[in-house]
Amino acid sequence: MEHTSLLERILRGIALALVVIFFMFPIVWILMMSFQTNETILRIPPQLVFEPTLANYTALITGKLMTAAGTLDIAFMRNLCNSVFLSVTSVAVALLLGVPAAYAFARHKFRGSEDIAFTLLSFRFAPALLVLLPLTLYFQKLGLANTYIGLIWVYQLICLPLILWIVRGYFEDIPADIEYAYRIAGHSWFATFRKIALPLAGPGIAAAGLLAFIFAWNNFVFALVLASADKQPVTVGALAFITSSGIQYGQISAAIVLSITPTLALALYAQRYLVEGLSLGAVKG
Amino acid sequence: MSPSAITLSGVDKFYGPIDRGVHAVKNLTMEIAKGEIVALLGSSGCGKTSTLRMIAGFEEVSRGTIAVAGRKVHTLPPVRRNVAMAFEGYSLYPPLTVRENMAFALKAARLAKSAVDAKVANIAKLLEIEDILERYPSSISGGQQQRASLGRALIREADLHLLDEPMGQLEPQLRAVLRGRIKHFIKERGLTAILVTHDQTEANALADRIAVMEGGVLQQFDTPDRLKERPANLFTGTFVGEPPMNVFEAYVGTAADKISLKLPDGLSLDYDKDAFSGPVRDELLNRQRVVIGVRPYAVRRSKDGVPATVSANQWLGDQTHIAADFAGGSLVLVEHDRTRLELGAPIKVSIDPKNLHVFDQASGDAISHGTELA
Repeated sequence: MEHTSLLERILRGIALALVVIFFMFPIVWILMMSFQTNETILRIPPQLVFEPTLANYTALITGKLMTAAGTLDIAFMRNLCNSVFLSVTSVAVALLLGVPAAYAFARHKFRGSEDIAFTLLSFRFAPALLVLLPLTLYFQKLGLANTYIGLIWVYQLICLPLILWIVRGYFEDIPADIEYAYRIAGHSWFATFRKIALPLAGPGIAAAGLLAFIFAWNNFVFALVLASADKQPVTVGALAFITSSGIQYGQISAAIVLSITPTLALALYAQRYLVEGLSLGAVKG
Repeated sequence: MSPSAITLSGVDKFYGPIDRGVHAVKNLTMEIAKGEIVALLGSSGCGKTSTLRMIAGFEEVSRGTIAVAGRKVHTLPPVRRNVAMAFEGYSLYPPLTVRENMAFALKAARLAKSAVDAKVANIAKLLEIEDILERYPSSISGGQQQRASLGRALIREADLHLLDEPMGQLEPQLRAVLRGRIKHFIKERGLTAILVTHDQTEANALADRIAVMEGGVLQQFDTPDRLKERPANLFTGTFVGEPPMNVFEAYVGTAADKISLKLPDGLSLDYDKDAFSGPVRDELLNRQRVVIGVRPYAVRRSKDGVPATVSANQWLGDQTHIAADFAGGSLVLVEHDRTRLELGAPIKVSIDPKNLHVFDQASGDAISHGTELA
């Protein structure tokens, strides 16, 4: 770095600042809105200086929304819990099913293995809305509509292909001979899978899991159609803020802040694994 | 002969469906005695690594049987075959240090920690990797990784040690030193080893017997000396030996009491009939066309020889390699003194009948070596 001139460093700083401002602006704006009342938010021109209020957060956490028309019950905290439960369980199920499947696809070329893997990926091709109508009908017949199990099942359409295809790539990157070396030293293939393949693909599995979690968390349509109020995640629950007496911008902002916090925290925590995961290719045979 | 350590009988390997896929190893039968070091020698794609991997259990045996120490193992998983292997790609466990990698191989043996430490120290000294024992595989060079991988295989007490290109990445000096040490180590412990290599110097230096493979077929399985002196066919003849054997097609003719091998360009090698034993003479005369081979060391320059023209002359520091245009092809001869020959200089060469290898023109099978039948 000692060869860069002062001017270059300044310019680089400005460029970086511009990029950060560009990408962070919506989030910062939402954060600011979450501490304002609807009146201050809708003031024209917008004000950068305002008296912060925690009213939005209180309303969300207590579940009582004060509007001009009166008090409204909102189930935001319940939605948040639903989101956490649905996403965590879906990713867990997808990992449990997807990681061994990915290993099988990576290591064993059996008849039709490519076709099966591709079919699983193709679930992501169809527009969700196209799948939803028949799915709703089936689920109603099966009694799976408006159940957590049904939702988690449908969420596998999002999580499973993602995990399968990402993790498969990581398994394929591990030289098979490392596993052979372990097996020939007197270990079963299952011990090899557990002790060698899983740890080596660990960063990749973490990255895929995180990505699947974010996709599951952000899902809207499946939950909108297949779940009623008490099972809805935040993405759908946020619709409640569009009330007959107006849109509650303050509460929406606060809800957004609360609902992106878990994914943001997770992403920040897992950043190390993500970077590690992406540089797995550095493992020399 | 001591009991057999491994027996392969009629082993076939197909990649893809049997009889329709790629036929990588064809009807391979060989028996290796306990305490023997055998090299599988051949060029890339000759089936030597496939053979090794079938023995280890990483590739399915399409047909035939493999028995290790009297047990049929070809259907068993690798864990139950009791063989150790050093991989061409090293395949060290990245999260473990070199020491842990080697100690790890002993885990299944359930030894006391002190015994493991002693074994690791012993092997590390043998392979000169004592200074990198605490390092991780990603932070050491290819040659060091290869030695660590070799150490991980040698440290185990298995019925059979499989070494896939065990020294390909080492510097020449170190390779020469380690060859001797490893051979001593294996012999001292009475281990049985199969190594795969395409380096004939390595095969010659390490192995008691060499199995030459080509196109999935075992060409010859013999001691290094016999491979050189009595190659079973044209392939082994030209593959083993450096520089390679000179070969020429020849017509067999008789004139008076001579047998003459007529070469292209009107040249002819004439020998007294008595130079060959009776059966060889008969074989030669029975065939019209043969292929003759002669090792570069056995070609002599002499006044009454057959003419050739020098096309290259290279002094290697301890021997001279002379290439000459001869009989429509090229003839290489090796001399131990520095020879000053200008390019284009005419020379005369002669070949002693006892150094002559004769092969069948169609099948390539050896007919005679020197004055005796093959």
